[in-house]
Amino acid sequence: MVHAPILAIAIPLLGAFALPILAKLNRRARDLWAVGIALVTLVFGLAVAGQVFASGKPLVYTLGAPSPTASVTEGGFPIRIVLVVDALGAFAGIIALLAGAIGLFYSLQYLAEEEGKTLGTSLLLLLWAGILGLVYTGDLFNFFVFLEITSIAACALIGYRVWESRPPEAAFKTMAMYTLGGLLVLISVGILYGEYDALNIAYLSKLITGTLLDKLALGLLLGGLLMKAGAVPAHMWAPDAYGEAPAMATIVLVANTQAAIYALLRVVFTLFGGALATPGIGWLIASLGTVTVLVAVLMAVVQRHLGRLVAYGAVSQLGYMLLAVGVGVVAAGKGFGEVALKGGIFHMINDLASVGLLFLVIGAIRRAVGSVDLLSLGGLGHTLRWESGFFLLGALALAGIPPLNGFASKFLIYESTFKASPILAAIAVLSSILLLAVVVRAFHGVFLGPKARDVGPAPWGMLVAMGVLAVIIVVFGLFPGFFIERMVSPAVQALLGGRAAYLAAVLGG
Amino acid sequence: MGNMPFVVSMILVGLGFLALIVRRNLIKLAIGISVIEMGVNLFLVSLGYVRGGIAPIYTYAPPGFKEMVFPTPQALTLTAIVIGLATTALMLAFAVVIYRHRGTLDAGKIRELKG
Repeated sequence: MVHAPILAIAIPLLGAFALPILAKLNRRARDLWAVGIALVTLVFGLAVAGQVFASGKPLVYTLGAPSPTASVTEGGFPIRIVLVVDALGAFAGIIALLAGAIGLFYSLQYLAEEEGKTLGTSLLLLLWAGILGLVYTGDLFNFFVFLEITSIAACALIGYRVWESRPPEAAFKTMAMYTLGGLLVLISVGILYGEYDALNIAYLSKLITGTLLDKLALGLLLGGLLMKAGAVPAHMWAPDAYGEAPAMATIVLVANTQAAIYALLRVVFTLFGGALATPGIGWLIASLGTVTVLVAVLMAVVQRHLGRLVAYGAVSQLGYMLLAVGVGVVAAGKGFGEVALKGGIFHMINDLASVGLLFLVIGAIRRAVGSVDLLSLGGLGHTLRWESGFFLLGALALAGIPPLNGFASKFLIYESTFKASPILAAIAVLSSILLLAVVVRAFHGVFLGPKARDVGPAPWGMLVAMGVLAVIIVVFGLFPGFFIERMVSPAVQALLGGRAAYLAAVLGG
Repeated sequence: MGNMPFVVSMILVGLGFLALIVRRNLIKLAIGISVIEMGVNLFLVSLGYVRGGIAPIYTYAPPGFKEMVFPTPQALTLTAIVIGLATTALMLAFAVVIYRHRGTLDAGKIRELKG
C-alpha cells in the first residue's frame, strides 16, 4: 500500500485510455472495466485517507526516487516531484472519490449507447484522475498540469451533447474561463520559480518572504483559482456548465470546484502561510464570498431552467465556503477562526452531497421527460416518487434546514462569521432563507400539481446512486459531531498548525 | 536590456487580454487566448535563459563550455505548449459546432444562455 497515492491517480488514468479499446471488443466488458477501475481507485484512495487519518502525519510519496520516502536528495534539496497528502488533502480526496464513484455508477444506466457512452465514461475517468492528482500533488507545476487536465476533461464533458445547441456554447465559455485561470496560475508558477528556483510547495513555502513579487504571485494564484471555482465576478460559466452538462458529469464538476477551494486553502495557509496570510487577504476572500452568495441566490430566483436554478444554488454554496475561508484567515489563531474553517471544510462535503443529489435527480427528470423547463414541468411526483423524495431532501439540505447536513455546516459558518462581522452573517442567513423559498417553489412546480404525463421511473442503478447521497445527507445531518471530530478537525489542524508538519514531512528534519 | 524578454512577454499577455475584451468572433477569442499562452511560454523560457549558455544536454555539450541554460523552464514550456494545443483544439472544435447550430460566430448574437 506504499504506492497507494500514485496508484489512485494512475489507475483512473489508465482506465480512461483503455476504456475505448475495450469498448471495441465488448460493451459489457467495458461497463465491468469501468466499475472495476472505480472500485480499485476507491480502495487506493481510501487507503491513502486511512493512513493519513490514522497516523496524523502527512503522507509523502516521491516519484523517480530509489525509495518513495526519499523526497530530498543528498544536498538537502527537494528536486524530485512529490505527492503530499495531509489531512486536508485526504479529506478533499474523499470528496473527489465519492463524486467520481457515484458519477460513474450513475452513468452506467444514465447514458444511452447512441449518446456515445464510451467516450463519456472515458472523459469522466480522466476528470476523476485529474481531480485526485490536483488534490494529492505537492509540486506547483504538477498542480498546473492537473488543473489543465481537469479543465479539458470537464469542458469536453460540458459540451458533450453536441447535437444540442446550448451545451457547446456553455463549454466554449467555460473553456475560456478555465484556460485564463490556468494561465494566471502558470504565470504565478513562473514568477515563483524565477524567484526561488523551486517548484516544490513545501520548499517554496519555506523560502517565501513576502516580497512584492510574492504578493503578485499570490494575487495571480488567487485570481486563477477563484475563476476556476466560479466566484463572483467570474461566475458566469458555472450556471451554464452545471445546467448543460450531463448529470453524471455535473456531480464531478462540483467536486472539481471543491478541489479549487482546497487549492485556495493550500495556497493561502501552506504556500503563503508563513508570510502573507494577512487579515486583508481574509477580508477580500470573505467579501467576495458574501457577494457570491447574494448574487447567486438573487439570480436563482428568476431562473426557469431547473438545471440553471440549482446551478445558481450551487454557486451560492461556494460563496459560503469562501466566506468561511475568509473568516478563517481573518481570525487565524482565534477560536472562531477555527470554527469558521471547520464549517467551511465540512460544508465542502455537505454541498457535494446536496447539490450532487439535486443534479442527479434533474438528470433523471431530463431522461424521463426530455425537458427541464420549469414552465412545462408539473405533477411528476405522481410517477417519480423516489425522485421527488430525493429532490425535496436535497433541496432542504441545500437551504440548510435542520436536521440535514447543510444545517450542521452552515450553522458553524453563521456562528463564526457573526463574531467577525455581523453584517456578513446577516446577509448569509437572509440568502439562505431566500434560497429555501426558491428551491421549495421549484419542488412545487416540478413535482406537485395534477398529473400531466406518464413517465417511467429511473433505472435502479441511478436510484441507488441517488440513495447513497441521500443517506450521506441524513447521516451527516444527524451525527455531525462524529464526522467533524474524525475528518474535519484533523483537516483544520493541518491548515492552522500543520504547516510545520507539512514542511518537515517533505523536507525532513 | 536584460529585462526585455519579460517586457515583451507581458505585452503579448496584454494584447491577448485586449483581444478577449474587444473582439466578438469566437475564433478571434481563441486566438486571443493563444496569444496570452504564447506570452506566458515566452516568459517561462526567458526565466531560464543564461547569457551565452548552451542547450542543457550534457552528452552533446562541446568541450570547454562555460554555462548551460536552465532545463526546468524548458520542460515546463514544452508541457505548457502541449496543454495549450489541447485547449485551443477543444475551443476551436466547440466554435465549429456552435457555427453549425447557429450559422454565426458572433459572440454577441450567441446568447441562448443568459441570466
